[in-house]
Amino acid sequence: MTLRSLDPSAFWIYLAEQPLFFLAITLAAYLVGDRIAAATGRHPLANPVLIAILLVGTALLVSGTSHARYFEGARFVHVLLGPATVALALPIWRNRALIARHWRAIGAALGIGALVGIGSTLILARLLGLSGATLASLAPKSVTAAIAMGIAEQVGGTPPLTAVLVIATGILGAVMVTPLMNLLRIRDYAARGFAVGIAAHGIGTARALQVNEKAGAYAALGMALNGLVTAILVPLLLFLFR
Amino acid sequence: MLEGLTILIFLQFTGELIAGVTRLPIPGPVIGLALLAGFALWRGRMPEPVVTAGDAILRHLSLLFVPAGVGLIAFGDRLAREGLLIVIVLVLSTAITMTVTALVFRALTRDDGDAA
Repeated sequence: MTLRSLDPSAFWIYLAEQPLFFLAITLAAYLVGDRIAAATGRHPLANPVLIAILLVGTALLVSGTSHARYFEGARFVHVLLGPATVALALPIWRNRALIARHWRAIGAALGIGALVGIGSTLILARLLGLSGATLASLAPKSVTAAIAMGIAEQVGGTPPLTAVLVIATGILGAVMVTPLMNLLRIRDYAARGFAVGIAAHGIGTARALQVNEKAGAYAALGMALNGLVTAILVPLLLFLFR
Repeated sequence: MLEGLTILIFLQFTGELIAGVTRLPIPGPVIGLALLAGFALWRGRMPEPVVTAGDAILRHLSLLFVPAGVGLIAFGDRLAREGLLIVIVLVLSTAITMTVTALVFRALTRDDGDAA
């Protein structure tokens, strides 16, 4: 296919055959999302990933392009998820002094928090009658999408659905954490940060960092540790639950 | 940058191998994460190239979720059917998880004295 006419549909067909086009679209949509987020003072509801997904998804639906065709270009970004997951060892390493000092509190809150995160999700989803594939996609929703999508794949969930559920969870956690902790009268920034990192991964961590440096450090640690623990617990709990 | 990226991908690959051989239902990259954290804590140092490359990738971590997330366009039906119930699950379980985690953490740091 060469670019012979200025007919818009022919032009689109030409572009859609270039994998690089979809890579460019992905990066551009994310930059647009990031600009919008910055313009709102990084309000959790204006999430750059969600905006980018909506923009690209709408473009694909309107133009009748399949996700498989889109992914031929976008996979160049996608492959970095693996090394990024390994790199989550960095927040654990950087906050090792916190682990050494509060290992009992961190260990207990991590184990119980991870169990309650997965368990409450499965019980509520079952009570409301959600389907099995949705259950498996929901179970890892508290950990970063990099890890949650891998878990969903292992247990028969739907990775794209998991990615969006993870982002929604992060947004909810970031919006709820301050009013909820005030209501519970928990003033310790370590406890507040760790809780939002465990329940709402990177988006919650970004929120914690905006509020307080100490809360941010505990949130980053909680997020990385919960990625590890949830990857082990989800297959186990789903097995017991089925 | 290149040296660090090589180490990260090598660790991911090692993780995938371990997951494949042991048939553990754990994503390979998560095993790679555990190997890297374990190595650094055991040796008492994190290789500098890994810090450089890792920070560079993690700075734009959320960009990496876009390609997979766009796959949601194929699941419009399921979302229309279950969307509202899913939101209820997310709100309640996120609030419960944060509450329990914060209460457990506080209960065990109070005696440490320097928690606040």
